[in-house]
Amino acid sequence: MNDSVLLLSLASAIVIGTPILLAGLGEMMTEHSGVMNLGVEGMMLGGGVVGFWMSTQYPSMPLAMAVGAGVGALFAGIHAYLAVTLRVNQIVSGLALVITGTGFAGFVGSSNDSALIYARPKSSLEPVFGEGMQELPLVGPLVFGHDWVVYMSWLLVAVAAFWLFRTRAGLALRAVGEDPATADTVGISVGVTRYVYTMIGGAGAGMGGTYLMVEIFATYQHGITAGLGWIAFALVTFAGWRPWRALVAAYVFGALRNLGFTLQILGASVPSDVLNALPFVLTIVALIIISARPAAARKYSAPSALSIPYSREIR
Amino acid sequence: MNGDPTPAASTAEPETSEAGGEPQEAARLHAITKSFFGVPANDRVDFDLRWGEIHALLGENGAGKSTLCSVLAGLYHPDSGEIHLDGERVDLASPQQALEHGVGMVYQHFRLVDRFTVAENLALGHPETGFVASRRSLERQVAELGRRYGLEVSPKAAIWQLSVGEQQRVEILKLLYRGVRILILDEPTAVLTPQEAQSLFTTMRAMAADGQAIIFVSHKLDEVLEVSDRVTVLRDGERVGSMETADADPAALARMMVGRDLSTRARSRTEAGSAALSVKGLTADGDRGIEALREVDLEVRESQIVGVAGVAGNGQRELAEAIVGLRRSKRGQIFLGDVDITRTSTLQRIKMGLGFVPEDRMRTGMAGGLPLTANLALKAYRQPPLSKGPLVSKRAVEERARTLEKQFDIRGVRWAMPTSLLSGGNIQRAILARELSARPKVLVAAAPTRGLDVAAIEAIRQILLDERDAGTAILMISEDLEEIMDLSDEIVVLYEGQIMGRLDPDDATPEVLGMLMAGRTSDADAEADAGPDAGPDAAAESSGDSA
Repeated sequence: MNDSVLLLSLASAIVIGTPILLAGLGEMMTEHSGVMNLGVEGMMLGGGVVGFWMSTQYPSMPLAMAVGAGVGALFAGIHAYLAVTLRVNQIVSGLALVITGTGFAGFVGSSNDSALIYARPKSSLEPVFGEGMQELPLVGPLVFGHDWVVYMSWLLVAVAAFWLFRTRAGLALRAVGEDPATADTVGISVGVTRYVYTMIGGAGAGMGGTYLMVEIFATYQHGITAGLGWIAFALVTFAGWRPWRALVAAYVFGALRNLGFTLQILGASVPSDVLNALPFVLTIVALIIISARPAAARKYSAPSALSIPYSREIR
Repeated sequence: MNGDPTPAASTAEPETSEAGGEPQEAARLHAITKSFFGVPANDRVDFDLRWGEIHALLGENGAGKSTLCSVLAGLYHPDSGEIHLDGERVDLASPQQALEHGVGMVYQHFRLVDRFTVAENLALGHPETGFVASRRSLERQVAELGRRYGLEVSPKAAIWQLSVGEQQRVEILKLLYRGVRILILDEPTAVLTPQEAQSLFTTMRAMAADGQAIIFVSHKLDEVLEVSDRVTVLRDGERVGSMETADADPAALARMMVGRDLSTRARSRTEAGSAALSVKGLTADGDRGIEALREVDLEVRESQIVGVAGVAGNGQRELAEAIVGLRRSKRGQIFLGDVDITRTSTLQRIKMGLGFVPEDRMRTGMAGGLPLTANLALKAYRQPPLSKGPLVSKRAVEERARTLEKQFDIRGVRWAMPTSLLSGGNIQRAILARELSARPKVLVAAAPTRGLDVAAIEAIRQILLDERDAGTAILMISEDLEEIMDLSDEIVVLYEGQIMGRLDPDDATPEVLGMLMAGRTSDADAEADAGPDAGPDAAAESSGDSA
């Protein structure tokens, strides 16, 4: 009995971990270019709400995801313009993006003629694999019980890891985030690189927001992300800027998110605020553990030029 | 493509048949002029470089060596003049273009990504790296190039794990990997230990023997004599001359390098008092963790200016910082009067009467964003009348600023204006005003007139002389030989963190100073030097008592 509760909550940790993973993976790419975008929460809401609207109009999840990604990327483009072109403080710009995205979602979601709060998506996703495979012990619910978005997120993790650490483009990306002046001298455009990956980060957040609203909750409410964007932001640090670690970490954070329900079922009661804070506590603990080992600290620390605007004249 | 990463001899030959007369010419710079803000850094400089030679570029700081190299490396575009590579006139708009023409430069500040491996740094920006960077073939190529030129370094090591000397090897490898045939090394030995420098020389010779052309920038005579085939001397942005190194006479080179007539003004000497600042056996690390100061002994008496001469980067900054307490000293002692201040804080040293004019006046001298009133109060705000308990009296701060403004002739001040907008001369006057108004017993002044115009230089020097006459002991660190000769009552020369010689300014000639600054001890100074260095402990006690 308890086993199946555990198994079910692990499976749902994967589900709730998926928007965290998508948004976190995007933010990770952004940060590898040296841009810090604190606006993940805003981009999830802003991209998600348009993706959700799409799903209420037309029964296609791929279309909803693509629209959500596109709008998220546009929001990120605002940040890129402010942070890369105008070189304003990235913390201020990111926080402004949170407010903008939240306000945008509230406006779109509650305006009378759309009335998104009452709308429902026209379709929902089915598990990719057949019943037989889903009923396999253990791996059934954990590995074969999911919809295609979950498998796509796994694929994206693999692509990101390969892209970052095996390809020439990834090398250039990391050089821009580590040492933009050096990248500039070898002919890599710092500005273009930072724009592109900042917008890729926004696309990830937009997809995460769309998946959350369309598939997990199947509804839109004001502030529906409830801090998941911030958890995605913390995920990047917790994962040490490594995609495969982000995969594991997203599900850990997802499990923490579910822990409240699980504990309730098991008869214990822990205030949900405490549980909601746990991802951040875990991130700090991870930072402390990593910083205690200098070699690991070097390997899993932030890109050296993170959040520092680059300008040729000021070196 | 593994076999021969440097298509060397093949490119050189077809050109020769066309150019005819000059078969070995790799590069020729003709009448290069380059000005910054109207000040010429290069003035119609000619320079030529042959395949297979190591050509040294010798000169003081500011002589225009780096500018000339940067023009050839495509970093600066010359105002006028021509660049010929391999007999063909070229226009180099960027370092990328220079690289395509086979010209590459190793800068003093390395352009390496710290957290990347050696192999990754080589692959970065290299046009022939495939989309998927194959680590193994890359690492094999790095190892092969390394073996060929004695540039061994592990391809898998991250840059931050390497010593400075190894990082430099990576910079050279990076250029060789891109097929560079004309290699410019800008003061490459400045950051190296003597052993590392020797190994670099071996590499340079191997490359020259391979037919490549190397420009070696240095201000160190010994190195130039040891490694180069030819030498060109620059001074004040102009070419003084070129010669085969084998025919060069060290003393003549030193004279060419320092050159200008040093007009000594009539010195008003004052009687020096007792020792106000004594430094004994001071050893300290530089920023890179290598010893930048070694067993330095110094003494500055009341009413005395001791001038520290030397080419920048030979321990001057570290010496000043150690004395004022901004840098930890590893060994040795520092005395203010007869009090040991080696382990005291900067604040305590200030309270005991130590003043400091830092070399970088905007970064460490003044808080550039604050108005001048606040900057002038930065040291005095702790005591009344400026401080009233936990508060600072705005009126007292402004009154004080106005008094100092008049007294030190600081001009063009609007009070709310950020200090950084003032001219260099006024900023320097303001720093001196702040420091001297605290009535210091000892003043450490680093590069007090660097970058100032003539009038400001005169004013600052007069302030220093007046202060000396009033009894202050002044340790003046300067690269400007004229200033050293003009103001000092005693001259010491720093070279690689050690005191190379001590001179009376009346005995100092450009040749002697030039030789000492370039790391050569002439006979006369060898014996003068032997005295004070003989027994640090004994000297410490005797000078302490005599106070």
